[in-house]
Amino acid sequence: MQTLRRLNLDGLKSLLFGSRTRSGLLFSALLYTLLIAIGFVYLYPLLFMFVTSLKSPSDLLNPMVQWVPTELYTGNYEKAYRVLDYPNTLMASILVSVVPSLLQTFVASLVGYGLARYRFWGKNLVLLFILATFIIPPQNTLIPQMLAYKELGLLGSPWALILPAMLAQGYRSAIFILIFYQSFISLPKVLEEAARLDGASDLRIFLTIAVPSALPAFIVSFIFSVVWYWNETFLTAIFLEGGVTTLPMQLSRFVQAYENLYPPGTVNIFDRLNEAVKMSGTFLNIAPLLVMYFLLQKWFVESVERTGITGE
Amino acid sequence: MTSLRRRISLRLREALHGYGFIALWIAGFSLFTLVPLIETFRYSLHQVTVTAEGIRLDFTQWANYTRALFTDPNFIERVIGYAIETIVSVPIVLIFSMIIAIFLNLNFKFKGVFRTIFFLPVVITSGPVIRELTAQGATAAPGIANVPAVAEFLAQLPRTLRSPVEYLLTSFILILWFSGVQILIYLSSLQKVDKSIYEAAAIDGASAWEAYWKITLPSLSTANLVNAVYTVITLSHFSENKVIQYIYNQTYAVQGGIGYASAMAFLYFAVMVILLGIVYLFLAGQAKKERD
Repeated sequence: MQTLRRLNLDGLKSLLFGSRTRSGLLFSALLYTLLIAIGFVYLYPLLFMFVTSLKSPSDLLNPMVQWVPTELYTGNYEKAYRVLDYPNTLMASILVSVVPSLLQTFVASLVGYGLARYRFWGKNLVLLFILATFIIPPQNTLIPQMLAYKELGLLGSPWALILPAMLAQGYRSAIFILIFYQSFISLPKVLEEAARLDGASDLRIFLTIAVPSALPAFIVSFIFSVVWYWNETFLTAIFLEGGVTTLPMQLSRFVQAYENLYPPGTVNIFDRLNEAVKMSGTFLNIAPLLVMYFLLQKWFVESVERTGITGE
Repeated sequence: MTSLRRRISLRLREALHGYGFIALWIAGFSLFTLVPLIETFRYSLHQVTVTAEGIRLDFTQWANYTRALFTDPNFIERVIGYAIETIVSVPIVLIFSMIIAIFLNLNFKFKGVFRTIFFLPVVITSGPVIRELTAQGATAAPGIANVPAVAEFLAQLPRTLRSPVEYLLTSFILILWFSGVQILIYLSSLQKVDKSIYEAAAIDGASAWEAYWKITLPSLSTANLVNAVYTVITLSHFSENKVIQYIYNQTYAVQGGIGYASAMAFLYFAVMVILLGIVYLFLAGQAKKERD
């Protein structure tokens, strides 16, 4: 009797608190509660944005309507779509984020490979300067760049972003160089040395042996590069001003663009600019990134784990 | 003799090939970083006027710097605000991303779903998006700042303490949104820790709590440093940062102009380096001890 009760108690204890081999019920409950709470905090702004964007003008004014709109109202999206000039700005955004990203990724891999595989004088100095380019705030180099672009007539053209990317000075190029440096260093040299003995040129070795084996680094660099270029608005706004208009740039002058399309005073009260329209615009702005993220999200985590981004 | 010469020529060849690979970077660094940096510094020592023919420079020594430091209250106020916000944010980002990384390193059901949620901010955090969300009050910790008791509590605090606490409450989600990449870095460090160490510790009778402090935390010390530096830099470069916006606005102001903006840019850079230094001193010792 005594032992039976004892056994029961032990079973209950391990069910609640877990044992060496599996986690207990209590632990799981705590874990999920915390995860859901944190997940909610993360999703809150997005949910808020999405719900607000679906509210009709009367829902907005109704204090009873908080999280569930009374009807599925898409008018905000129609307006935001027109105000953002969506097809054009979307194409522009894709152009000025994908092209520099492709170039930046390739050039960063060249530089990273050179640093990882060759011994030459001043290498540590170069690494130090690469770190410095990451730390130096953009406004410390911005004005002369802008003036030079103006002189060359490149202000407002995508070249203003493509040129630095081609020379490994694109947006956050330093991180990508370090990622490639790290992943090439951790790759075995044997194949490359064998190819060298067979008389292959350095560039050929790089392209045919090193590049394929560092594929995860390429993918992670390209994805992050696209995301960061897309979201970077400070530099793009300055370099592309008066020329190409990207989606985030159009979003930051949303109010002005709205009033051009729907002049205040001439439209009825329901067509005035309200937060629902603004939130629709914001959502349209991040929608392409969300789509890309859900399609590629496996790569975000797994390849970062494989490339050893930590840089020890 | 010949073998020595051959070795030298081999080394030279290797070096030349190495330079070949980084040639693009060298060109880019000189053109897009070094020259503009020196040029900006030159501007900062001058009164710069943009005329139809080009730019006119009038040498003013350190006048732009003294103006930013001693006569312009706006700049100093914003820089102090930035420094406080950064110092408050860094530990929160670190602790938070570490907790999430430890969670994501466990095995449980629906891990993929949570992982997707936690990395979402990496994708969508951009200036205009954040500005719209902040304007709508969507980045504050839901409801907390509106609770009367909290407001009362805030009013009781001395001014120096109040602003960080207020910042914390109004931008809580925003701070968390800056943790995406940091979670990734912690996660990849955690996965490098040998699982057998935990098993050995468990056999020796260590509890999960002890294992955390004695195994997990020390193995994350390098990641701590990397993350702290990364956080300071991202916060400092973020386009919604008030100091950056002030500098940007001053560039086009009649009174300030390019010279004054350049001087402020350098002062801001100096403050940022000091902050990085503080963070480094705090965490580097720990990281080094661990590596030895």
